Amino acid sequence: MYDFAYHRPKSVADAIALLKGKEEARPMSGGMTLIPTLKQRLARPSDVVDLGGVKELAGIKVEGDRVVIGGMTKHGDVATSADVKKLIPALADLAGHIGDPQVRNRGTMGGSVANNDPAADYPAAVVALNATVTTNTGKHAADDFFKGLFETALADGEIVTSISFPKAEKAAYMKFPNPASRYAMVGVFVAKTAAGVRVAVTGAGPCVFRVKAMEEALSKNFSSDAIKDIKVPADGLNSDIHGSAEYRAHLVGVMARRAVDKANK
Amino acid sequence: MTSATGIGARVLRTEDKRFLTGTGRYVDDLPLARATYAYFLRSPHAHAKIKSIDISAAEKLPGVVNIFTGKDLVDAKVGGLICGWVVKDKHGEPHKAPPHPVMAVDTVRYVGDTVAMVVANSHDEARDAAEAIKVEYEVLPAIVDLARALDKGAPQVHAEAPGNLIYDWEIGVKADVEAAFAKAAHVTKMDIVNNRLIPNAMEPRAAAAEYDKGTGNYTLWSTSQNPHVLRLILSAFVLGIPEHKLRVIAPDVGGGFGSKIFCYADETMVCWAASRVGRPIKWTAERSESFQTDCHGRDHVTHAELALDKEGKFLALKVETIANMGAYLSTFSTAVPTYLYATLLAGQYTTPLIYANVKAAVTHTAPVDAYRGAGRPEATFVVETIVSKAAAELKMDPAELRRKNFIPSTAFPYQTPVALQYDSGNYPPIIDEAMKIADYPGFETRRAEAKARGKLRGIGFSSYIEACGLAPSQVIGQLGGGVGQWESAQIKFNPTGNVQVITGSHSHGQGHETTFAQLVHDRLGVPMDQIEVVHGDTSTTTFGMGTYGSRSLAVGGSAIMKATDKIIAKGKKIAAHLMEADAADVVFENGTFKVAGTDKAVPLAQAVFAAYVPHNYPLAEIEPGMDENAFYDPANFVYPSGTQICEVEIDPDTGIVEVVAHTAVDDFGNIINPMIVEGQVHGGIVQGVGQALFEGAVYDKETGQLLSGSFMDYTMPRADNFPSFKLGYKVTPCPHNPLGVKGCGEAGAIAAPAAVMNAVHNALAPIGVKHVEMPATPLNVWQSIQGAQHAAAE
Repeated sequence: MYDFAYHRPKSVADAIALLKGKEEARPMSGGMTLIPTLKQRLARPSDVVDLGGVKELAGIKVEGDRVVIGGMTKHGDVATSADVKKLIPALADLAGHIGDPQVRNRGTMGGSVANNDPAADYPAAVVALNATVTTNTGKHAADDFFKGLFETALADGEIVTSISFPKAEKAAYMKFPNPASRYAMVGVFVAKTAAGVRVAVTGAGPCVFRVKAMEEALSKNFSSDAIKDIKVPADGLNSDIHGSAEYRAHLVGVMARRAVDKANK
Repeated sequence: MTSATGIGARVLRTEDKRFLTGTGRYVDDLPLARATYAYFLRSPHAHAKIKSIDISAAEKLPGVVNIFTGKDLVDAKVGGLICGWVVKDKHGEPHKAPPHPVMAVDTVRYVGDTVAMVVANSHDEARDAAEAIKVEYEVLPAIVDLARALDKGAPQVHAEAPGNLIYDWEIGVKADVEAAFAKAAHVTKMDIVNNRLIPNAMEPRAAAAEYDKGTGNYTLWSTSQNPHVLRLILSAFVLGIPEHKLRVIAPDVGGGFGSKIFCYADETMVCWAASRVGRPIKWTAERSESFQTDCHGRDHVTHAELALDKEGKFLALKVETIANMGAYLSTFSTAVPTYLYATLLAGQYTTPLIYANVKAAVTHTAPVDAYRGAGRPEATFVVETIVSKAAAELKMDPAELRRKNFIPSTAFPYQTPVALQYDSGNYPPIIDEAMKIADYPGFETRRAEAKARGKLRGIGFSSYIEACGLAPSQVIGQLGGGVGQWESAQIKFNPTGNVQVITGSHSHGQGHETTFAQLVHDRLGVPMDQIEVVHGDTSTTTFGMGTYGSRSLAVGGSAIMKATDKIIAKGKKIAAHLMEADAADVVFENGTFKVAGTDKAVPLAQAVFAAYVPHNYPLAEIEPGMDENAFYDPANFVYPSGTQICEVEIDPDTGIVEVVAHTAVDDFGNIINPMIVEGQVHGGIVQGVGQALFEGAVYDKETGQLLSGSFMDYTMPRADNFPSFKLGYKVTPCPHNPLGVKGCGEAGAIAAPAAVMNAVHNALAPIGVKHVEMPATPLNVWQSIQGAQHAAAE
């Protein structure tokens, strides 16, 4: 990797102060994407601000009917949290299948969401559950947060402090892993909350997206039968040596149906 | 001798203590004082002219010690890398041999081709400088698609190989085969691709070198499977350093699978530059470099036809193959798709007539050479898939069709129509045992049960033959091989009775330190913990051919047995003297010399001590010391055989193929350590299933970029892809080596791809799928199902 200045602040305020005014400074949460990128010399930040020392960013708490998860909370902690398992078991299940044990003990929810890798799992949960992303400067609704390939609504100097998820009546996530990397090639999160039914898809396109036709059908009848004839268009979906756009479009249907069945179990 | 640690015992691997506790010593672990670090600048283009290389900015960067380019090697008159096996084409002409410069001079021919070497005080400084080298390329059209490589108008890789053709080779008499086809009751035809694989040894290739100015001696540490052969190539052909001035050490090596047999640019440059830099140089490949520059394996496009009579007896087999050589001819590349492939096309069968035509083509891809099985997996895949296809077409049981055509056990030694003479074998009991273990009669019940769950279940056979332990040297020489095929062994006792077993084989994960110690323990009665197996250093071993082609036990182990014979013979003379007996009356049992019919006894350790402290010793008749050398040149290959049965379940909605059961019954002759053999079979099956379902090197057809250039895109098989394997053995000892052993290292990888793909085709046949190419990835399978559904709809 190239040289950079390394900082390990103890508070959000200190972290923001270190990031401010430095165009090439990068915050780092778990580093599960950033460190390999640095090692391959694909990024050349002037400063890396490691949020690992900011205690206030990690932790899971229940606020009424919602679960609020700190940005620096590790996947492993989400997967094993009694609160998450009770209120949104599908989210704990999703977290328990991210990467491998090493990744789950380093990678964080805030880092994953802020990075918005098209094949990441969390964006599907955030959108399907219509979670709220809180940052040091304000709040973002899930639908407005994910903008495109590796692109979010975060401004420079803005970091994810927590994400607030509503309790799910029914929810499930089904992932079709890329055979090589085991990232989501297609991941579908279906959720029925007090606000309605949502279906969010990760991995298949450049950015997480919703399937409105499925949402409408499932709102009337939350069963896999209700969506069996709904086809997702292949236009604009990712295509690579592991899966054509047509194959991904097909898998969205398969994974959505399986997710609904799983949610109904 | 039968003991807890002798031949046949499941002895835990003595080398595992250091491997499992992180105390193994690999090339990268070497602490070399004042070391410098090398970094290679590699071509980003599949095919380009190098118009200029400007190192002026790079040279000035901090820490840079030296920068070398191809031109420096031309100026220093360094030779090119060699291909050590001359294959003669069908007109008797030697293959085309385009030059293989150690570093590119004016043209780069694959993504990863070596362009410059930077030597600096640290790895990062070397890499910084490499980025500052300005290379001006004129990008040229590239050919990476093997099926089109020989087409008119395809971009040319080398002027010396017009039409990209290295050789057009054949075996068998085409007219005889055609005549048999004309009389056939049934002909099965097949077009298949044997997918290109990237070896991915756990330890990437690495090299370190040191030059001693005072003596002029070079020491090269290299991740080599055969350090003596590497030294021979570097000395005699490439660098011209006299053999006695070059010491090559291959210390602990973390896997090779063939990819570490060859002489590469990297270790050549590290060795050459050590004297110019005047400080030691270290280099370890990054994983992405391994993907790009380790020799790849397989990569054939084949058309095959099998002629059968009305009873299902095979009349003739006809095979046409195009084999990819990559951009340059690697060390043994030319032999793999000819003498290690077409000679195996008889399989386990009495097919009386076989014709094979192999065209070797160069392309703008990484060089292709031997990879676990080397030619035999490709041959087995052809034979075993066409046999199963024929059975399906004739609505015959695939086991029955195989049985009908097996070479009978009474026919050995059996001369095949493709040069090899099988020494031994007994195939029917093997398939019977495999079917019993796999519960073949219960398959239809399992298939119905799977169908009720929405899964398509299939079963596939693969009855393989393989030829390993290449031999004898004379024949290999006649076929164009450039080296001998013997192995050496030395048994060197110390005065206190412990022993060093010095072998020319090289262990890079196979467990030789245990297996070879078991041989010596069994034969000489020396306790296991008194035996040290030494390998991998040209200064400690007389000479060695190294480890490849499942040869180490059959050839290297046999050499050890010869050396123990000499130890016993000498010991008898010493013991006879000590017991005041006639040497002819002395017998050796359980580690002790005895005079038959008396209670006189001399333990081997006592004879050894007498040999080193010869105070009471027949000095007039024999020399002191107990140190014996042996060379063993086998009379023939060894011919392991076996049957694998794979069962898969396919999810038709996603295309995912799951291996739900996998049985392997092998005949490896006598088995020294069953635990180690099981490990070899397990690993081999995993690599074979990897080829069938997961792995595939993919180059972009336009740009020639390696799309599967990391573990993010190259699918390695993983533990959770597999059930527990069910193994069995049948033993027909090899009749021509002293241990009666055959090889076990490659069998799993040789047999598995056909077993898996036959199971996949069996599973998909009910829904009309005719053919799925390897690797049968979810995408591939799903698309095949879609294709079949579209075809049915039309």
